[in-house]
Amino acid sequence: MIKFFIKGLLRDRSRSLFPLLTVVIGVFLTVVFYCWVQGLVGDMLQTTARFDAGHVKVMSRAYAREADQIPNDLALLGAGGVLGQLRRDHPALTWTSRIRFGGLLDVPDEKGETKAQAPVAGLAVDLLSPSSPEPGIFNLAGGLVRGRLPQHPGEILVSDDLAGRLGLELGGTVTLIGSSMYGSLVTANFTLAGTIRFGVAAMDRGMMVADLEDVRLALDMQDAAGEILGFLPGGFYDDVRAAKLAESFNAALEKEDDPFSPTMKTLRGQSGLADMLDMMNAVVGALVAIFVLAMCVVLWNAGLMGNIRRYGEIGVRLAMGEAKGRVYRSMIAESLVLGFIGSLIGTALGLVLAFVLQAKGINLGSLFENATLLMSTRMRARVTPVSFFIGFVPGLLATLAGASIAGLGIFKRQTSRLLKELEA
Amino acid sequence: MRNTSIRAWLAATATIMMLGHPLLTAQAPSADWILGRVDDTRTSGNKIILSEMIIHGRRGSRSVRTKSWIQGVERSFSEYLDPPREKGTKMLKLSDQLWIYSPATDRTILISGHLLRQSVMGSDLSYEDMMEDPVLAKSYQTGLAGEEAVLERACWKLELTARKTEVPYPRRMLWVDKERFVVLKEERFAKSGKLLKTTEVKSVRRMQGRWIPDRVVFKDVLLSGQGTEFIIESIEFDAIIPAFVFSKAALRK
Repeated sequence: MIKFFIKGLLRDRSRSLFPLLTVVIGVFLTVVFYCWVQGLVGDMLQTTARFDAGHVKVMSRAYAREADQIPNDLALLGAGGVLGQLRRDHPALTWTSRIRFGGLLDVPDEKGETKAQAPVAGLAVDLLSPSSPEPGIFNLAGGLVRGRLPQHPGEILVSDDLAGRLGLELGGTVTLIGSSMYGSLVTANFTLAGTIRFGVAAMDRGMMVADLEDVRLALDMQDAAGEILGFLPGGFYDDVRAAKLAESFNAALEKEDDPFSPTMKTLRGQSGLADMLDMMNAVVGALVAIFVLAMCVVLWNAGLMGNIRRYGEIGVRLAMGEAKGRVYRSMIAESLVLGFIGSLIGTALGLVLAFVLQAKGINLGSLFENATLLMSTRMRARVTPVSFFIGFVPGLLATLAGASIAGLGIFKRQTSRLLKELEA
Repeated sequence: MRNTSIRAWLAATATIMMLGHPLLTAQAPSADWILGRVDDTRTSGNKIILSEMIIHGRRGSRSVRTKSWIQGVERSFSEYLDPPREKGTKMLKLSDQLWIYSPATDRTILISGHLLRQSVMGSDLSYEDMMEDPVLAKSYQTGLAGEEAVLERACWKLELTARKTEVPYPRRMLWVDKERFVVLKEERFAKSGKLLKTTEVKSVRRMQGRWIPDRVVFKDVLLSGQGTEFIIESIEFDAIIPAFVFSKAALRK
């Protein structure tokens, strides 16, 4: 029977081509749109995790309360011990200490007087240990624009835009003017090893990356770290697993009466992120639902149109004695075949484009020049397991609904009036 | 004859001046007159001060010892003596400019813009506080807001309102010792009326014939630490300070 329908559809192109094309286009758009939105959300999460929040983050309780202000005076002391314990207890995760800091980057002239100066956001990470995961997490080698990665103490990377603005030369000395852990004004000299582009507008405006030990020395933060970040295996955030980990860590080490005891926060649990994620998920869900609904209406309409156009054909079939129920079922079966084939082709085409967008992305840097969000400037789609069947929702259901409603007209037709209708 | 007339003139002038002195009359002195006396007490010639600053931060206390050479209200030079990490750091103030020299970087940095709001060695004092003109009468108009006892000393309470917009604290309250003209307590406010900083003198000592607040607690109300104690260990008035001290070259020496 199915073979019969397929043959009919193939031979009568007016019956198949337009509805099929409509389904293909609708499903294609649904799949690409879904993957694109997933890519945007995933990218924002991933970028936030890599550059700022980790999948879990350990801080002192006092630091965690004011984390947005980067209160290094409240940093975690004995960070080496905590890091060692985390690595022992949870070896599947990648753990790394960081210090975020702010200050001024001052470029001296030949007399040592200030030649140029600009505000800088600083990130201290383990750059020099051979086993450090940080160069990989930040993709430092990939983002290098000039020079090389730091290989010796005292060497730093500066965002290429900032280096250009300050007229920095590779190998030149720059002075960081910042605040120590105890609030004193401190100055520290660094050598520019290279310039970098992170692909995140907020960071590319004015960022320096220095080795953790150098910054500890400069900011008087011996064995201290602002944050210890943990990354789940596979690189993807799993809220349930992260929450479980944080719960067991906090039960063991967090002390209510000690503001400097360590506490672990999940990516979602960090300030403002839960609300942001909920809002993003709600917005994305609503967008996808509206889009799928719109596609459903279009495909339903196409189904209706197709069946109305076949008014005469149905009349002949009924006149020839075919039962109304059989005609109705055959139309539904046809719509299912059309919907399935269209969804299959639309999904395949959509996935091809989504995979290309996932691999290549589109550079929208110019739109994010003044953005403060941690989002990469190259937007990519993301193909998820749902991408493989999301298109079938409008592709199958809408054509089925269209055919079902349009087909109800079959039961209203009276056999006695069929010949008159056909004559007309 | 000539000497007699000069002596008579001096005696008459002195009598007139003394009779005109607010403290010798039944009238309460004017707020401007009190502030003038406060400024005179605060800003005396050359001095060399050895001081200790105990900073009570959120995670404990630490102390910084400093030697300062001060010439009038325009010039000062300070060198940190302790702790070892800060030793050798020097600061030079010339009029409205402030430089800091760090031996670790061998750089002399001009402190300007938002850097002026940075804390001095993590204390409750900012560089802006250090840079303000100590002659308050120049920047503020004053009014008498009452009388109160502080440290068991009778004080006048003065309310100062900024004459110009560029001062860091648009309003201040001063409690001035009626007899010694030493400020025993101070509150500094933002334009909105929010209290920003407080100063409380804990003890006053007579040094070389002058009353000096030798233990003062500064508190930045917006910080959650316990304030910064400023203790004067020794002070040498009318000291001879070579002009070279107040030069940028002295920073690197």
